[in-house]
Amino acid sequence: MPSGKEIRNKIKSVESTRKITKAMEMVAASKMRKAQERMRAARPYGEKIRQVAGNLSHALTDYRHPFLTVRPQVKAVGLIAVTSDKGLCGGLNTNVLRLALGKMKEWDAEGKTLRVTAIGNRGLGFMQRAGAHVVSHLTGLGDTPHLEKLIGPVKVQLDAYMKGEIDILYIAFTRFINTMKQEPTLYQLLPLSGDLVGGEGNRWDYIYEPDAKTVIDDLLVRYVEAMIYQSVAENMASEQSARMVAMKSASDNAKNVIGELKLVYNKARQAAITQELSEIVAGAAAV
Amino acid sequence: MSIRVHVDVVSAEELIFSGQTDFAVFPGEAGELGIYPRHTPLLTRIKPGTVRLKIPDSNEYELVYVSGGMLEVQPALITVLADTAIRAHDLDEAKAMEAKRRAEEALKDRSSDVGLATAEAELAQAVAQLQAIKKLRSRH
Repeated sequence: MPSGKEIRNKIKSVESTRKITKAMEMVAASKMRKAQERMRAARPYGEKIRQVAGNLSHALTDYRHPFLTVRPQVKAVGLIAVTSDKGLCGGLNTNVLRLALGKMKEWDAEGKTLRVTAIGNRGLGFMQRAGAHVVSHLTGLGDTPHLEKLIGPVKVQLDAYMKGEIDILYIAFTRFINTMKQEPTLYQLLPLSGDLVGGEGNRWDYIYEPDAKTVIDDLLVRYVEAMIYQSVAENMASEQSARMVAMKSASDNAKNVIGELKLVYNKARQAAITQELSEIVAGAAAV
Repeated sequence: MSIRVHVDVVSAEELIFSGQTDFAVFPGEAGELGIYPRHTPLLTRIKPGTVRLKIPDSNEYELVYVSGGMLEVQPALITVLADTAIRAHDLDEAKAMEAKRRAEEALKDRSSDVGLATAEAELAQAVAQLQAIKKLRSRH
């Protein structure tokens, strides 16, 4: 049985660990609130631009942008993997990367080539180890996603799409559902599909200034960027809440460990007292 | 009461303005655009500048600064999709080139990069150990 002093030291060290995890939990909680606000603040833009892009695809335009046309044959795939820069946030990055890896294997089996853009340190390290072709990356985003920083790495993929170097573009990130639940998600960014294209056509068209092509080009690039920005913002909110939950469970575990150690310590103390007493009694009986 | 039109000014990072107006002036790329309600559908780019929105039934203007973006006009709704960053074609190109260059660099010394990550982790561990030892020493 370990001596009283040894157990006391152990308790102290677990206590200091608990203090750290508790502090990290509180920091994550306050950052999470801000990250959620930012995520919500980004929503109106996404909705508005979706409306405008929807109107645009309904309006009678004779110019068909490559972003809106589905290619018959998919030979090369682009993937934007959004992860966090830092660890200690539970299974957040692992889950999203596992999802991405599963898809990557599928694409590989189908003989499709892959180009990856890694946003976040964790994803970058993983993709490099996995031997994926990383065409651009972005790390050190901090706590606020800045659209300005995203433009460059994203443009590399968009340019590749325009040039036909990739035929389809996906994004993988962690969707924020609520504080307790985050879900790894992979969805298709390009070509823009589903509700945006189709539906009934309007009998009107915009006046374009200076001309349809430039305006539509600009708008669609912004649309894609807005969707990526939204994903990054959601990923950050997910990261903070995942970290908060992970740190909370770590603190709770530390509390349990301390409780158990205290029990062992008290038992050891009592055993020592009993032993001492019985020694004294035995000594007195001998005299 | 005059005829009004709803105006939304949004950027990727926040909702800047949302409200009613009966006359608005935008810094269009080809020149200032004055828009009244029930304007014909229009889609254009705008320059960095001030958007002036007349407050209904007064002669005052609400001023909103935008760093460029897109303007969508529909008869009953005006939407400004403001940029948060200063955008220009060359600038975007430069950013993309920069991103590409960094990726290529990382690719070139991939082995050393992974080595760096491992080294970093080891260093962090060593620092943590040292701190732990220091703490233990100060206690006894």
